[in-house]
Amino acid sequence: MWKRFRTNIGAMIGVGILLAVILIALCAPLIYPHGPWQMVQRPFLPPMSVDGLPLGTDTLGRNVAAQLAYGAQVSLLVGLVSTIVALLIGVPLGAVAGFYGNWVDEGAMRFTEFFQTIPNFALAIVLVAIFEPSLASITLAIAIVSWPPVARLVRAEVMSVRKREFVDAARLAGLSRPKILMTQVLPNTVSPIIVMASLMVATAILLESSLSFLGLGDPNAMSWGYMIGAARTVIRTSWWLSFFPGIAIVLTVLALNLIGEGLNDALNPHLSRKGRA
Amino acid sequence: MSILTAILWRLAKAALTLLAIAVLNFFLLHAAPGDPAVVLAGEAGAADEKMIEQLRERFGLDQPFYVQLGKYVGGIVQLDLGYSFRQDAPVSQLILDRLPATLLLTLTAFGISLVCGIALGVAAAARVGKLSDSALTTLALLFYATPLYWLALMAVLVFSVWLGWLPGFGYETVGAGLTGLDRVLDILAHLILPALTLGLFFMAVYMRMTRASMLEVSQLDFVKTAKAKGLSGPAIRRRHILRNAILPVVTLAGLQAGQLVGGAVLTETVFAWPGIGRLMFESLAARDYNTILGVFLVSAAMVILFNIVTDIVYRIVDPRIGATA
Amino acid sequence: MTQPALSIENLSIGLPEGADRDFAVQNLSFAIEKGKILCVVGESGSGKSMTANALMGLLPPGVTVKGGKAVFEGQDVLTLPETEKQAMRGERMAMIFQEPMTALNPLMRIGDQIAEVFAAHNRLTAPERRKRALALIQEVGLPDPEKIIRAYPFQLSGGQRQRAMIAMALALEPKLLIADEPTTALDVTTQAQILKLILDLREQHGMAVMFITHDFGVVAEIADQVIVMQEGKMVESGAAQEVLVTPKHPYTQRLLDAIPTGKLPAARALGTVPALEIKSLRKTYRTGGGLFKPVREVHAVDNVSLSVARGEVLGLVGESGSGKSTLGRTAVRLVTPDSGQVLVGGVDIAALSEEELRKERHKVQMVFQDPYASLNPRQKIISAITGGPITRGIPRDKAEARARELLEVVGLGADAANRYPHEFSGGQRQRIGIARALAMDPELIVADEAVSALDVSIQAQVLDLLRDLRSRLDLSILFITHDLRVAAQLCDRIAVMQKGKLVEIGTVHEIFQSPKQAYTRQLLAAVPGADWQRDAVATA
Repeated sequence: MWKRFRTNIGAMIGVGILLAVILIALCAPLIYPHGPWQMVQRPFLPPMSVDGLPLGTDTLGRNVAAQLAYGAQVSLLVGLVSTIVALLIGVPLGAVAGFYGNWVDEGAMRFTEFFQTIPNFALAIVLVAIFEPSLASITLAIAIVSWPPVARLVRAEVMSVRKREFVDAARLAGLSRPKILMTQVLPNTVSPIIVMASLMVATAILLESSLSFLGLGDPNAMSWGYMIGAARTVIRTSWWLSFFPGIAIVLTVLALNLIGEGLNDALNPHLSRKGRA
Repeated sequence: MSILTAILWRLAKAALTLLAIAVLNFFLLHAAPGDPAVVLAGEAGAADEKMIEQLRERFGLDQPFYVQLGKYVGGIVQLDLGYSFRQDAPVSQLILDRLPATLLLTLTAFGISLVCGIALGVAAAARVGKLSDSALTTLALLFYATPLYWLALMAVLVFSVWLGWLPGFGYETVGAGLTGLDRVLDILAHLILPALTLGLFFMAVYMRMTRASMLEVSQLDFVKTAKAKGLSGPAIRRRHILRNAILPVVTLAGLQAGQLVGGAVLTETVFAWPGIGRLMFESLAARDYNTILGVFLVSAAMVILFNIVTDIVYRIVDPRIGATA
Repeated sequence: MTQPALSIENLSIGLPEGADRDFAVQNLSFAIEKGKILCVVGESGSGKSMTANALMGLLPPGVTVKGGKAVFEGQDVLTLPETEKQAMRGERMAMIFQEPMTALNPLMRIGDQIAEVFAAHNRLTAPERRKRALALIQEVGLPDPEKIIRAYPFQLSGGQRQRAMIAMALALEPKLLIADEPTTALDVTTQAQILKLILDLREQHGMAVMFITHDFGVVAEIADQVIVMQEGKMVESGAAQEVLVTPKHPYTQRLLDAIPTGKLPAARALGTVPALEIKSLRKTYRTGGGLFKPVREVHAVDNVSLSVARGEVLGLVGESGSGKSTLGRTAVRLVTPDSGQVLVGGVDIAALSEEELRKERHKVQMVFQDPYASLNPRQKIISAITGGPITRGIPRDKAEARARELLEVVGLGADAANRYPHEFSGGQRQRIGIARALAMDPELIVADEAVSALDVSIQAQVLDLLRDLRSRLDLSILFITHDLRVAAQLCDRIAVMQKGKLVEIGTVHEIFQSPKQAYTRQLLAAVPGADWQRDAVATA
């Protein structure tokens, strides 16, 4: 399996990009000890025009390169944590619904369906707007709009595994239902969950940047979306201010998607190249 | 279950969902930090003490919780979405004024993305493994990873600022006084960039899905049967694979409608498109919660409508549903 | 001698790199006479289907013809350009497949799918196509052609779908019909009907038939000529009667020996202490029943009473939908019956609460049908076997020692314990399943189609094991199968079920030699090669 992943060129490119982004995020305080908010030069310096400022300065004379590096921290953190939270909601709900069936399933699925019907970005906006923008509220809002697909996936997987004969065998062995779910069924649903999680981090990063773009970012954390949002009105004169953060987002999200596809091909060879919803 | 009863059933469910969203809105208003009356008035500074008193009375904010809930939800059932003090107009009026622009934008984007996505997916699947397939899938992957507001900005930069081909802001040329066909063409010119940039992401989604679905269906036994009959490759693709492959894409399109409507907030913000998404963005800065929640409710209603339509399409395409009962 | 309909010389088909062998088929040569039926017999992986696909030009990607000729109507079909192959397919050479459930387009009406054959070859006008489709539907014996022509595949049964497939294949009067295990997925009585249909059609249309099968019973039923394939090579060929009666190659002999024949084993003396008693058991499934759907009831088990004596093997035989599996699952309480009793060692396990049941579970164990689904792929063999005993409170080391011992007993060796299921073949997995059941020291084992998914020679080995265990461990087994021939080999008594009801129960000799009920006789008559086997009984 690992071998199949390693020979996937796309996935390896993805891993390379992601490692670079992680490294930049970790090293940001070392390279730019003064943080992303400090004014370093006069505003609107184009890229490469002054030594030490390869990407120029923004509307307030802040170092764009430093902003990008700190923005990576926010993107990765929010992406990762919100995905974990979404998994913590979606996996148990989907597992219980799929395993116990009947009215438990009915109730859980109506609940999930409700959340899936609500336009998720609009809900995220409403949540962040009402609970005041902060890293915590943003992360939670993204998690709240991202868990329904997890629940549906886990439910479907559990339902298909549940019908397999080894689950009957475990019942005949006298194992209790919760134990069967934990030891026999769930371990067999791990690979699709891993694949989905890697893609969810990508989507979460996009969501976070979109919220920040609309001005719903944490005012104390520099983020790529905020940079683009702030530069929106000056795009005619200073295109680089929105261009570079956008490239950063595209690369990071692309890397995660490539990794997700690579994992999918490696973990589910018979389903490889299958699309995802 | 006939199609008619199915539609009725779906409509009943839709009404229930909207009611639940109304209740959710109520709780969100109360969860917001601060006095609910002040929250309702918005931080526009437009609300003075007297207005806030009126609000308290109107929503029964000094009465028990369930009475408040009843009044709030009751208002929504009568299509009363509250009052925007910031804009000095009923929220429902504000939304109704802006809705046509959003519908025009989202439906155009949806149409473009679905038609082009399916067409490109079919094309890629037919050339699987070849260079053109790789080029298409790579491009789709790239669009899939691009934030649509950034793509919109870049499109404005290139096609409007640098090349000057298309207008980059607004719904129509203000003050030009165009009428008839000229006005339609003017709106269309304004529509191209927003609709394309909103649609590209979803086009990538539908393309990938169609391609995968085509490849999967082409492995199925009945395709071999079709080959054994002596049908040609294109005929098999058209008559056997495509119809079966498109079913999951229709389902997905319905599910994605929510994202499309959400994405419109971003697109409308970038292009100053006077729809409900732009309205929501403007209300964010003003903390105009009534308007924000109103737009939220209406966009959910739009999504539900999309879902019902795709559901009906699915029933028409697939004879197995409905006939089994 | 006239020109054969098809003659194959030195056909070799290469497999893609990384496959377990280089060639799917190697140096295969045979001919089919006009109007004759040639059976190609082999187990899975013998290359028999690949040969058929190569002829039709339907090889999967990566698999290619490496050499040889296949002369059909004066042309080598292997080297024809794709457009000519396409013109040939369906017109002069037609094919039907194993899985009627998936071989038809689910979104297209049956009539359209038949008419499409004419359209593909630019024959006839639309109304004429419809008329021909109706005639074909009639000819293959489908009821109510006017209705069938407008039906979708999901509205037809498996046998009806296979008939529709045959109608398509016949549409343009092909000279050669290739049938790839067309009856394997069907019930015996349906299988008998389809075989008869193919024989009749051959008679009327005079086409040659290449019939692929794994079942020598089917061969006895319809073949004029036989070739036997093993791992891509032909090991024997000849006239059907010759191969069946005097097989020359050891592989053919082994295959024929492995076939559960009608030879009935000598009756054994049985005890009278019951291991399992089922009394007035009922289970009804209700489907639908939503707001808009009418409730549909299926009486899966309808007032059935039977018992299995200690040390006895009772065969439970029936076609799909007969309720035999539901009965078996009720006996182990994977299904809770609506009413009636399931007494195991005197305890009614149908009446136990979930908590009490878990303590009594060990008394009845099950060996499952699908060797690939019955073991958790993420669990080592040792934990699969010891899971039950440890839950029962047996110390781990003791349970593990016993598990290794049992692995020896079922013929795998104790070193299998620390491996994962994917390292084993289907037959080996069934042995593990048997060891898992034995580990619980059950009073009764329910074997639900336990050998059905296996190739004949593997099937024979597992049956041998069960026979051996039966006498060594004095096992009581409820052996559920759709295959009367298998039941005859192992069982002391046989119970026949149909549509949830118990039709007949008796000793193997009673059931086979003097069946009382019409349905039992019908089942016996439908067994492929029944006549040929009756000879075998006589000579045994």
